[in-house]
Amino acid sequence: MGSAVTHAPAMEDLTRDSEPRHGLAKPRPSAALKRRRRRDNLAGYLFMSPWIAGFLLLTAGPMAASLYFAFTDYNLFDAPRWIGLDNFSEMFGDPRWRHSVRVTLWYVVVGTPIKLIAALGVALLLAQKRRGQAFYRAAFYAPSLIGASVSVAIVWKAIFSDDAVVDRTQKLFGIDVGGWTGDPDMIIYSLVALTVWQFGAPMVIFLAGLKQVPRELYEAADVDGAGKLRQFWNITLPMISPVLFFNVLLETIHSFQIFSSAYIVGGGAGGNACGPADGSMVYTCYLYVQGFENSRMGLASAMAWMLLVAVALVTAVLFWSQKRWVHYEEGGR
Amino acid sequence: MSAQATDVTPARSTRAAALRRRLPGSLAWHLGSLAILTVILYPVVWVIGGSFKESEDIVGSLDLFPADPITSNYTRLTEGIADIPISTFFMNSLLLAVGSVVGILLSCSLTAYAFAKIRFAGRNLLFTLMIGTLLLPYHVLLIPQYVLFRNMDMINTYTPLLLGKYLATEAFFVFLMVQFMRNLPKELDEAARLDGCGHFRIYWSIVLPLCRPALITSAIFTFINSWNDFMGPLIYLNEPDKYTVSLGLKMFVDQEALADYGGMIAMSLVALLPVLAFFLAFQRYLIDGMATSGLKG
Repeated sequence: MGSAVTHAPAMEDLTRDSEPRHGLAKPRPSAALKRRRRRDNLAGYLFMSPWIAGFLLLTAGPMAASLYFAFTDYNLFDAPRWIGLDNFSEMFGDPRWRHSVRVTLWYVVVGTPIKLIAALGVALLLAQKRRGQAFYRAAFYAPSLIGASVSVAIVWKAIFSDDAVVDRTQKLFGIDVGGWTGDPDMIIYSLVALTVWQFGAPMVIFLAGLKQVPRELYEAADVDGAGKLRQFWNITLPMISPVLFFNVLLETIHSFQIFSSAYIVGGGAGGNACGPADGSMVYTCYLYVQGFENSRMGLASAMAWMLLVAVALVTAVLFWSQKRWVHYEEGGR
Repeated sequence: MSAQATDVTPARSTRAAALRRRLPGSLAWHLGSLAILTVILYPVVWVIGGSFKESEDIVGSLDLFPADPITSNYTRLTEGIADIPISTFFMNSLLLAVGSVVGILLSCSLTAYAFAKIRFAGRNLLFTLMIGTLLLPYHVLLIPQYVLFRNMDMINTYTPLLLGKYLATEAFFVFLMVQFMRNLPKELDEAARLDGCGHFRIYWSIVLPLCRPALITSAIFTFINSWNDFMGPLIYLNEPDKYTVSLGLKMFVDQEALADYGGMIAMSLVALLPVLAFFLAFQRYLIDGMATSGLKG
């Protein structure tokens, strides 16, 4: 496996292994070797046993149960009653569900690119080794650690409310739309702002990728007289494309699952669980309302499976597309 | 080093021109960084300043810090929330966070050792499954896990929030540790095997000590994630004296939002302090851990 300078992708080679590792075992399997293999199998499964138990009890089992619940009417108190596809037809016919899909898609489609562009832009800025670089990197990363907390959501709600700093600032520019968190159409943008504020995590990953681009490539391009923009397009971007892919994949999947900040910025429990006129009713908020406030566990399970299908589709499309735009270093490992 | 990639002006330049360009370039760099820093830090400074203001001045006033700061927002916190002292929430959160750290370190390192160091039948299949769970939306498991724990009579206990941590369900940390262990020199554990060391000895005395950086990174991330977690406690805990800081804060918001804005802002800041302290103490590990998660080798 590679040395420290190897530029290698994370998502490509996860399952494969560099096989010829134990040089000891080549010709015919001796009795000693067989014994060692048996011991290794036993040890492997012993070490794995917590994970295997967790996978069966907390992942695979619940997934199977959830799939079953999706086709039942289940309120936690009476036994689940099989109702076929009724949950799905109710879901698709429910305007509130369709609204939550639109809000979530909008959040993903607007928020993720802005966040990643900000992350890449700032990473390019910080890639220049200047005094204070480490300090800025740490400071920019900090919001990613606290961004998911209830505290920050409360602060956000205040900053974006009527007459607070964002409202006053936009009034200076003659924009009089009021605070964002009280406006059904604008509240989603306060959540977009909240996710963009946390650009530090993808930025750190971009920075690590930028550090691995061989300097000679830029020197050669300088000699050839290629401008900085061309260098960015033809050297930097292809060289960091594995990291870009990783960031796009993780950030997109993550955005689909936004809950806490929408729930708190939107106001939380009760009739309007997520924002004025459902303005911040993201998918998981509605799932929470249906499952835990209305005790419709079957319907909520069906919703969860739709989310899984959506995320799986996006993941599949991204993996399929990576052949076209992600460049993995040959023989880097 | 010359400005790379961000500087879009053509690079065809003599040394003198380069020199002339360097100073403004450096200035622009610092101005740009400072501008971003201002935006990034604004909410944090806002909450610090706000916690010393009268409730009615917090949202309306644009001054970051009040002319005459008050401390009553903080003294008010000693009364607790809904008759429960703040320290109860902090102890609950701390218990969960420390319990999570112990569980993650043990279970994920055992699993990672098996993936990275033992050749056993079915390893690749299990590894694929593990990576699959990394991409699985948590919400699919939310309802069936709730039903499971409810049937086991574990609502209002910390078991649902901790069990997964002891069963290595957080694939991200397994992945992080596998990456780290694969890059350890193989000669060490092979020599140990020839000396007759079993896998557990190798894991405990050789691999774990060498994995310290990965373990520290995982521990800090686990602590912070557990501290920030909102959805888990929201679903599983319903007695206020078992609430975590996040839930206590949410309860505060629901009860007092209009009456005691200042107390709420002060409490928000206090709730963030452990995370900020961890960040200041360990930012190197956090950033390096984050960086390696996207890269291999």
